[in-house]
Amino acid sequence: MAQPEAYISGIGQSEIGQRLTRHPLLLTLDAVKQALAEAGLTIGQIDGVSTYPGKSTGYLGFSPVGADELVDALGIRATWHQGAMEISAQLGAVAAAAMAVRTGQARHVICFRTVYEAAAIARPEDYPSSRGKTVEGFSQWFAPFNAISAACWVAQYAARHMHRYGLTREQLAQIALTDRANALRNPAALVREPLTMDQYMAARMITTPLCLYDCDRFTDASTVLIVSAGDALDEVGCTPIRIAAMAGSVERHSWDQAEWMASYATGPDLWKQTDYSVADVDTVQFYDGFSFLALSWFEALGFCPVGEGGHFIEGGRRIALDGELPFNTFGGQIGAGRLHGFGFAHEAVTQLRGQGGERQIAGDPRVAVATSGGGPLAAALLLARD
Amino acid sequence: MPRPVPRLDSDNRPFWTGGAVGELRFHRCADCGSFIHPPRPVCRVCLSDNVAPEAVAGTGVIDSYTINHQAWYPGLEVPFVIARVAIDGAPGVYLTSNIVGCPVEAVDFGDAVRVTFEQQGDIFYPLFEKTG
Repeated sequence: MAQPEAYISGIGQSEIGQRLTRHPLLLTLDAVKQALAEAGLTIGQIDGVSTYPGKSTGYLGFSPVGADELVDALGIRATWHQGAMEISAQLGAVAAAAMAVRTGQARHVICFRTVYEAAAIARPEDYPSSRGKTVEGFSQWFAPFNAISAACWVAQYAARHMHRYGLTREQLAQIALTDRANALRNPAALVREPLTMDQYMAARMITTPLCLYDCDRFTDASTVLIVSAGDALDEVGCTPIRIAAMAGSVERHSWDQAEWMASYATGPDLWKQTDYSVADVDTVQFYDGFSFLALSWFEALGFCPVGEGGHFIEGGRRIALDGELPFNTFGGQIGAGRLHGFGFAHEAVTQLRGQGGERQIAGDPRVAVATSGGGPLAAALLLARD
Repeated sequence: MPRPVPRLDSDNRPFWTGGAVGELRFHRCADCGSFIHPPRPVCRVCLSDNVAPEAVAGTGVIDSYTINHQAWYPGLEVPFVIARVAIDGAPGVYLTSNIVGCPVEAVDFGDAVRVTFEQQGDIFYPLFEKTG
């Protein structure tokens, strides 16, 4: 018997802000209700829940709501659920849900990512971040040298790219400039002020070559995508978007032992699963928690040769909203907020349904790529409107 | 400002305490000769469990680096250099560390470096200085 395909049906998103006071479970509820309404589903029809990375008890702002908790809180009768951090990357939670519906474990799975990092800083008594006396696990190879932030780890890859291939700051700037320009057309975006090349070049350095504008900002929000089985689409009232391929490969699970980030294995592996090719892609939504990660996805997925990412985006025309390959049309994480991976799939679906409003790309987009992750984390989804 | 402290265990103790006798140590497979980092009791190349810590020369080459300007916690002095050092004699092994003993502007790709240990309690942090 042929396995049913997996589709994204309803999508939803809470308010996006900083230091929000609405409870993170209620932000999640807001996004769930929106997604259910769009799909024409009721909570009683939901039988699966999937999230990344699960409730993060040591650093609650990073992930204040878990899959277990959502099942219980919303009265979901789940036949399948998961909330693992040890998965390809953030969008691996959507890929896992796709596998669940394709194998008959569930019919309609709520996939969610709730972030509360800005609120947690404002209210540490409610959302503590426990800093232990010692560091362990992979952190022990970075924190003792004060390489505290992922910015420091990504910077090593970015600096080497500049040294090896001649990537310039002016080229890299196009990620942030495009993100911020697109965010101006997204009423929900967190950062809605223009950014100029002069401002970018004059910005203070965080850790070379990454400046302030190369980094996303702590954000409070919840994003929901409902993954539905192909044989359950008669229950769905919105245009389903097919998950045409998905990949999440890694060769070394390490931020410093690997020559290449996991995206460079994931990209080629995505195309092995589909007859689509890069030429078919109408828009790309690439993870940009740090700008360089987005640039690397262009190379990793074969939109340009490895090392040519800087040339590919130079000047920004090609990846602009009205360019040949519109990129991060909602503003990415740099512009729309640190939604942590799920925002890229949310926007891909929005564009493929023609619901982008002021930021809707021209033509009749049918195929999009959404990615998440950096370093040893990488997940890519190829999404298609049939 | 004290550095964050790694929690010692049976796997990482040889690495973090080797500086007490002036040794930069990595796990190595006695069967196929591969070096293993982070330290684990199995060789990722041949799956042998015949692995043990071994001292290397303590020199290396800067593969990449970043000048960190952001104070990630109160009291952290900036700027400083974080580098990815390719370890001589241990193919495929890199160490993220700091380059010390020179102005941050003096650091470049391909620079030869040598380990220098900074002791804090039980831990000997392997930092690197430029040679020559």
